Amino acid sequence: MFFYLIRRIAYGIPIALAVGFVCFMLVQIAPGDPINAIVPPDAPGDVVEQVRRDYGLDKPLPVQFGLWLMKVVQGDLGRSLASGRPVWSDLSSAIGNTLMLAASASLLGFILGCALGGLAGTFRGSWLDRAAVTIAVGGVSVPHYWLGMVLVVIFSVQLNWLPAMGAGPGGSADWAWGWEHMKHLILPTVTLSVIPMGIVTRTVRGIVAEIMNQEFVTALRGKGLTRRGVFLHVVKNAAPTALAVMGLQLGYLMGGSILVETVFSWPGTGLLLNNAIFQRDLPVLQGTILVLAMFFVILNLLVDLMQTALDPRIKRN
Amino acid sequence: MANSTTAPSAAEAELALQARQAAESSAGYWAGVWKRVRRDPVTIFCASVLLLMLLAIVFASLIAPHDPYQGSMIRRLRPIGTPNYILGTDELGRDMLTRLLYGGRLSWFMGITPVALAFVIGTVLGVLAGYAGGKTNMAIMRVTDVFYAFPSVLLAVAISGALGAGIMNAILALTLVFIPPIIRVAETVTTGVRNLDFVDAARASGANAFTIVRVHVLGNVLGPIFVYATSLISVSMILASGLSFLGLGTKPPEPEWGLMLNTLRTAIYVQPWVAVLPGACIFVTSICFNLVSDGLRQAMDVKG
Repeated sequence: MFFYLIRRIAYGIPIALAVGFVCFMLVQIAPGDPINAIVPPDAPGDVVEQVRRDYGLDKPLPVQFGLWLMKVVQGDLGRSLASGRPVWSDLSSAIGNTLMLAASASLLGFILGCALGGLAGTFRGSWLDRAAVTIAVGGVSVPHYWLGMVLVVIFSVQLNWLPAMGAGPGGSADWAWGWEHMKHLILPTVTLSVIPMGIVTRTVRGIVAEIMNQEFVTALRGKGLTRRGVFLHVVKNAAPTALAVMGLQLGYLMGGSILVETVFSWPGTGLLLNNAIFQRDLPVLQGTILVLAMFFVILNLLVDLMQTALDPRIKRN
Repeated sequence: MANSTTAPSAAEAELALQARQAAESSAGYWAGVWKRVRRDPVTIFCASVLLLMLLAIVFASLIAPHDPYQGSMIRRLRPIGTPNYILGTDELGRDMLTRLLYGGRLSWFMGITPVALAFVIGTVLGVLAGYAGGKTNMAIMRVTDVFYAFPSVLLAVAISGALGAGIMNAILALTLVFIPPIIRVAETVTTGVRNLDFVDAARASGANAFTIVRVHVLGNVLGPIFVYATSLISVSMILASGLSFLGLGTKPPEPEWGLMLNTLRTAIYVQPWVAVLPGACIFVTSICFNLVSDGLRQAMDVKG
């Protein structure tokens, strides 16, 4: 296990470097001189040249990548063009908000998905199965930014039960786990949870149906084990895969919440990205994407390790 | 001597027979697929809905009651059911039904083109990686791994965000998002086919690599890759409209479902049900593509 751990982490390093390279290239593929991404357009010529030398933009591309990487590893993601603040200062608070939203959405999606998928897999072919499959297909096919708008129309505009946008009084800085703030989290969470709900339902339905058909379940039934007992055995066998799917979904939601955050003006990385795109603030765009992608790489690694630890059947080579 | 002259002709005859049988059995295969699809009411229904939508957006200029760009300040945001404006009007007083019909053109184009491009490029690279193996496989698959390290929405937003708004940039970004998963599927099925007996037989009978890939490999891998690609159309429609929703795809005043949803966002307090109409179009299209793809998968007996 120890060697597996080392090898798996070692395998992650080239991936992380390559992800860094793709993020570095984002500024290069942007139309125009990359220097425009660093200095304001009205800067005098000699200042531009000075900055060009300071940032090493007069050097060949591989050298530039090396210099950029050195800075990133030290936690320097550059400065925002729009606000002039270091990218990390805005990003750190936004990441927390996105994580909160993505975690609650994947938790909700996981619970609903396990319930629906478990029922569908156990009673395969029944009306329950068909209903669960329909809900799952709906969950993965719905444009979630639109679902968010529909929920706002119903629960904010028509019923006036829940707030339509923001993160509560005082914004995200004064966040507390009280109702005043929690109610701002409800609609974005429900909106974002439909995707993991659909995917977890499909996965769990498949595994449960497969496990139920295996001989050991028949044997357990044969020896007179109660429904509850059989259920526990099925859960134990289905858990590693279901948890792995949920772990990956958390990563997808961290990166994919941009549309939902835009709909609800949720102060996370999605809103940050949206503003960066709108203002063509490339350092913010690059830094945010780099951090989110790295989060995804690490999460992938953790899911892999967790799955191997939980399920001894998975080979470690 | 006699052996060496008869052997190739015998092998040729055998090959010709095989090819004919393959052709016959493939005709039988498609007949079987069609028979299974016909018995699947959900797939037939969804395919009909998609066909109707396609006809409606292709002939939008003939059936649309108004001009998609002609607005009017005095009839902004009329409700659904207004005489002459059945689905109401948008924030600039343009007829919603007309704009939804015209908007479908760009939404469908931006949703399907990336998958079609990725299908071609991903199949070529994936079959190459699977058939060649060795270093070629390593090179292609490791690059693919890097793109897998990004959540798909993030990658699409990153690329089109860096390139700037525009239809072509959005299509380019989405194509790059869909190439890696298609490469993976193509590589897996090709590796599975490569070592089967009939490919060995073809190789032993002296067929060159190009012929083997064209006749024996592609014939067996295109089906599964195609079915997988159709399952991506649904996601692609959502993402393409999503990019426009973020202001990264189409630019106003061009009608496009995602962009219409974005500009109508401020109208949800005035005409909520008119404002959510474009999203309903995206939803219906996306769910129909998903169900048709599921039906195809079952009818073509593709695993996975």
